Amino acid sequence: MTFNSMTFNRKTLASSIALAAAALMASGAQAQMSNDEVRIGYLADMSGTYRDLAGPGGLEALMMAVEDIGGEVNGVPIDVFSADDRNSADVGANTVRGWFDEQNVDLVAGMVASSVSIAVTKLLEENDGLGIISGSAASSITNEHCTPNHIHWVYDTYPLANGTAKAVVEQGGETWFMLTADYAFGHALEGDVTKVVEDNGGEIVGSIRHPFPTNDFSSYILQAQGSGADIIGLANAGSDTVNAITTASQFGVVQAGQQLAGLLIFLNDVHAMGLEDTQGLLLTTGWYWNMDDQAREWAERYYERTERMPTMVQAGIYSSTMHYLETVAEVGTDDPETVRAAMAERPVEDFFSRNGYIREDGRMVHDMYLAEVKSPEESTGEWDVYEILATIPGEEAYRPLSESQCDLVNN
Amino acid sequence: MTMIFGVPLMVFMGQLMLGLINGAFYALLSLGLAVIFGLLKIVNFAHGAQYMLGAFAALLGLQYLGLNYWAALLIVPLVVGGLGMVIERLILRRIAHLDHLYGLLLTFGLALIFEGTLINFFGVSGSSYPTPEALEGGMNLGFMFLPTYRAWVLVAALVVCLGTWFIIERTRLGAYLRAGTENPALMQAFGVNVPLLITLTYGFGVALAAFAGVLAAPLYPVSPTMGSSLLIVVFAVVVIGGMGSILGAVITGLTMGLIEGLTKVYYPEAANTVIFLVMILVLLLRPAGLFGKEA
Repeated sequence: MTFNSMTFNRKTLASSIALAAAALMASGAQAQMSNDEVRIGYLADMSGTYRDLAGPGGLEALMMAVEDIGGEVNGVPIDVFSADDRNSADVGANTVRGWFDEQNVDLVAGMVASSVSIAVTKLLEENDGLGIISGSAASSITNEHCTPNHIHWVYDTYPLANGTAKAVVEQGGETWFMLTADYAFGHALEGDVTKVVEDNGGEIVGSIRHPFPTNDFSSYILQAQGSGADIIGLANAGSDTVNAITTASQFGVVQAGQQLAGLLIFLNDVHAMGLEDTQGLLLTTGWYWNMDDQAREWAERYYERTERMPTMVQAGIYSSTMHYLETVAEVGTDDPETVRAAMAERPVEDFFSRNGYIREDGRMVHDMYLAEVKSPEESTGEWDVYEILATIPGEEAYRPLSESQCDLVNN
Repeated sequence: MTMIFGVPLMVFMGQLMLGLINGAFYALLSLGLAVIFGLLKIVNFAHGAQYMLGAFAALLGLQYLGLNYWAALLIVPLVVGGLGMVIERLILRRIAHLDHLYGLLLTFGLALIFEGTLINFFGVSGSSYPTPEALEGGMNLGFMFLPTYRAWVLVAALVVCLGTWFIIERTRLGAYLRAGTENPALMQAFGVNVPLLITLTYGFGVALAAFAGVLAAPLYPVSPTMGSSLLIVVFAVVVIGGMGSILGAVITGLTMGLIEGLTKVYYPEAANTVIFLVMILVLLLRPAGLFGKEA
């Protein structure tokens, strides 16, 4: 359009002024948005052991949240980029450092291996950024490693031990033999479980720390059988848990009267092993796709895009991203400190989180669920694998603030 | 109860049995590597991927074609071995005259491509392969409950290992093979088609890996990464036995299985490293390996 073609009259003049004013106001809001974009970096294991519980599926969930909010907040577009941390703290930290230096990232999302997450939280603090951790297990992330710059969303080792171990002891599983992955996460989980078992009147009669990762569990299963314990507790994750359970089934552990307690089991693990080998297994989960209508509705949308049902981590990534974007829209800025504070003021209530809220230590406390794996006869479909036995209220599930070692908590 | 170094005799016997079964696996896999290296001088880093392809082919065959376990045990090694022959014909042959290192890098690259492609389609969690009905359940040996399938693995692996050793060391075909790799020009002058012999040998080594893959399918989750974790251990076994020694690979495979099994009882933390410790010792004291011929 050229200047000459414009015709002025009073009406167009008035509307021009109104438009200009509106534009001014809008740009006033935009000034609060760094780089005129909301930039989200998704960091996860995209190709290794932990790929299927978050990985590309988690990125898809994040994109769903971005699309559902319209691809923009307050008129500025949302830009999403991603990287594979290959479960290496070094690779993860270097990637995030680059995101701060060159891309001015506003939110770091995803984050699976606990070692990577802990390294990244240090960077978030140094750079005054904001991160939401969805995949990691270590409860230390919001305990001794807490910062004002990150939030831990889906679950951690504390409710895993508290939910599963407590329920198992209450059902009469009093003597435990632990199979523990020989690294930080396994040790932490074993510690949490030992405490819960002993507090509830049970006893740990033996334990083995196996190398991470281990392919063949037959020797350890045989030793666990020899111990005569009621329960074989698996303080490991991913392929180690899958291998241990498969092997136990081959050696007739359950038929011989012992029970397995898997402490960290994801939907994709059960799907991979099949119900024949996993039926009757008790586990604690932060979410299950088939737990109610709201969850099912979202899960089915996700399924249409990926042809897999979402894990609790993938659902949590959507939930946390949505909570973040809605908060940004509400406060009109992507300034990390303001957004972090405003996120904590809004309750987290959606298809994923029930009775959820963000504590000062960065823990998103929400209801957890004790589930049992269905038998092949009970299951009505490929992904129909859990029966929810009980809801564990968030307050009971997570480590109480009174026991916190986090500097942000006034004890 | 009789104790051996603080471990009850029963448990000790059970662990020896398991060690032997794992050893049979190592033997089968290192045998394929030893055949390929001993006769063709190719350091086949794709061996783990080919083992994984064997397991995957069995799984997909069952899911989509209704191919049962016994048929898979026969057909899958042929199919994957055939793929191996295509690879030898189209790619490996072109670099046969170069240093071994090029073959190593090339096969490693191929392994990454196979693995990456399957990860892209199937993810890393893997799927389970049902134990064939005839081999379900187990037997009580008095000192342990032995799943029937594991007993079968031990027998099948040993039979294949000994059969391979017999063919290569004791038959006319084996003699041709050994002669063809020793002095190809002379063999060709006698009217033997040496390039064909080489293609068939590579195919046979790959088929052994695929056979091991089918055997492993009901034991471990079938996943694209199942081969890479095993490959390094198997290479250590081959180095300990002496690169290229066929009997060495079999005996070392079984022995390393036993040593690893005992480590899992006495000091489980070291179970993944003990084989490499043995490898270091052997390299220091007998660089050509326990059964290798000094160069």
